[in-house]
Amino acid sequence: MMNALQATNEFLRLYWAPLLCGVAVVAILPLIAGYIVLVERKIMADMQARLGPMRVGPHGLLQPIADAVKLLIKEDIIPDNADKLVFWLAPVLSVGAALLSLAGLAIGPAFQIAQDINIGILFVVGISAMGIFGIVLGGWASNSHYSLMGALRSSAQLVSYETAAGMALVSALLLTGTLNIKSIVEAQSKEGIWFVLLAPVAFFTYLVASIAETNRAPFDLPEAESELVAGYMTEFSGFRWSLYFLAEYTNMIVVASVATTLFLGGWLRPFASVPWLNFLDFAPPVLIMAIAAYCMLRVPKQPTRVQQLFMLAVAGLCFVTALVLAVPVVLPIIKPSVREAVAPFYAGIHGGFWFIFKVSVYIYLFMWLRFTLPRYRFDQLMRLGWHFLIPLSIINVLLVGVALIVGAYFHLQGWGLLLVTTPAAILALLAAFFILAIEKGHDARQDQTATSDFYVG
Amino acid sequence: MLDKILFYFFAGVAVASAVLMVTRRNVVHSAIFLITALLATAGIFLQLRAEFLFIVQIILYVGGIMVLFIFVIMLVNLDVALQQIQFARQKWVALLVALALAGQVGLMFWSSRKMPGQGLPVLTAAAAEHLPANSEEVAKSLFGSYLLPFEIASVLLLVAMIGAVVMAKKRT
Repeated sequence: MMNALQATNEFLRLYWAPLLCGVAVVAILPLIAGYIVLVERKIMADMQARLGPMRVGPHGLLQPIADAVKLLIKEDIIPDNADKLVFWLAPVLSVGAALLSLAGLAIGPAFQIAQDINIGILFVVGISAMGIFGIVLGGWASNSHYSLMGALRSSAQLVSYETAAGMALVSALLLTGTLNIKSIVEAQSKEGIWFVLLAPVAFFTYLVASIAETNRAPFDLPEAESELVAGYMTEFSGFRWSLYFLAEYTNMIVVASVATTLFLGGWLRPFASVPWLNFLDFAPPVLIMAIAAYCMLRVPKQPTRVQQLFMLAVAGLCFVTALVLAVPVVLPIIKPSVREAVAPFYAGIHGGFWFIFKVSVYIYLFMWLRFTLPRYRFDQLMRLGWHFLIPLSIINVLLVGVALIVGAYFHLQGWGLLLVTTPAAILALLAAFFILAIEKGHDARQDQTATSDFYVG
Repeated sequence: MLDKILFYFFAGVAVASAVLMVTRRNVVHSAIFLITALLATAGIFLQLRAEFLFIVQIILYVGGIMVLFIFVIMLVNLDVALQQIQFARQKWVALLVALALAGQVGLMFWSSRKMPGQGLPVLTAAAAEHLPANSEEVAKSLFGSYLLPFEIASVLLLVAMIGAVVMAKKRT
């Protein structure tokens, strides 16, 4: 009897828990993506000295839901000459790949759907790269020239920048010696230093390559509206169209999470190994409490009754979150004996907070770049990838490798590793300037005989 | 039980999509079925607890098939291709090769039945929980027993990549 119970328990743990988590992620993610869109519009408005969406809910807080309803009831058009089956399949593939790659990510020491997979980071990167099929097939199936060009651009972009991104990942993985996501974060906690400091050039390369891979401005050539209408999405409408958007925003979360895990210390608090900075543990609850207080202050200023109530609800939500975050840091002070019992609780909640915080900062960086930089021309984009990023990332892998061997020879660890990795980074920067200087010479000659590629430009 | 269901699922998908890949008229559809077959194979790798092979299969073929797609779209005129005969007229050669292959596989099955230890290796069920870490094991054998071939292959690939950069840099 006991055995059967254990077997059932094991079965539930192995199959049902991941399934439930998966369903939860699939259910919640569209909402999160919707709110990222809202935040993006707000940031864009802020940078352009406007207000952004203000009508639906206080400060436009219900805008994503209104948008979702609009997209759901919009007419879904399939062009007559489209390849129906592929047209149907393409957006689903894109979203499926993006959502599946989330399974490998670890938000905290305990929050991971596919627990402790040996190939961790490769799984996330490889599966999310599958999403490109959705874009290419969608562009092809639409049977439209603009769509096809967008699709071709997108695949050329992915093939080019995946190399640079892969090399950047290799530089960071050299530091850990493992692909397992949990072990990568634990290595950073053991060394007491984030890998962004040990491999800054790799971080930079990954940042640029990840923007290009997610087709975001200034590298959004596959959907450049001034040239290609909407690129591969031109013929898509209604819910299918929004599936592509969901895939794009999920991919943003995925690349941001990969960067956070590899370079920014995953779920670790900043300076997690410095004891006198332990007061930073209070930062999350205090920060969210401050947001709650700000919302409370804004309540009387809302124009209508409903909006006032809604603002109050937002403040309440922040307040509850702050309380939950405060419990594991305040309890041990009041009652030191519970410190041990509270530790996993603390690691889970605060880990999740810091992870989401870092991912948000990375995504904010994406948006900031989007609203400040003009779009590249396609040949410039290819040139940047092949002539600059790929050579730089290869050189960087070599330099980081050499630096680590020298570091191992002198038994350097943690912050001491900076002694060897900083010169390596400086050398890589010098190489970058050297490559740029060569490029400049080429540019001067090329401008006289400017030609554009037939198919992609 | 679940293992068996998964195996037959992946194997079925792989075989079915391989057949469809050959018989489809539209080249893009063929490419889609090719990737399906390769993904199903990746699924079988995963089921064998060969995680590393699983992800390598996916990563490599995503890039590879991507390029194939571009070639198909750029080089094959679909309207013309639809009117051409689909299979080359080499029925007898094909039959001969297929029979030879079937004979070989049959011989292998037969010999493993007849004399255990020969032909197909008899697999003992491995305790899945106690398998060593996959990518580490692959790395050990690559950098241990097969160091030289591995290095030669890596240098070859690096040369190809640098070659692509040089070709892209060359201007008329």
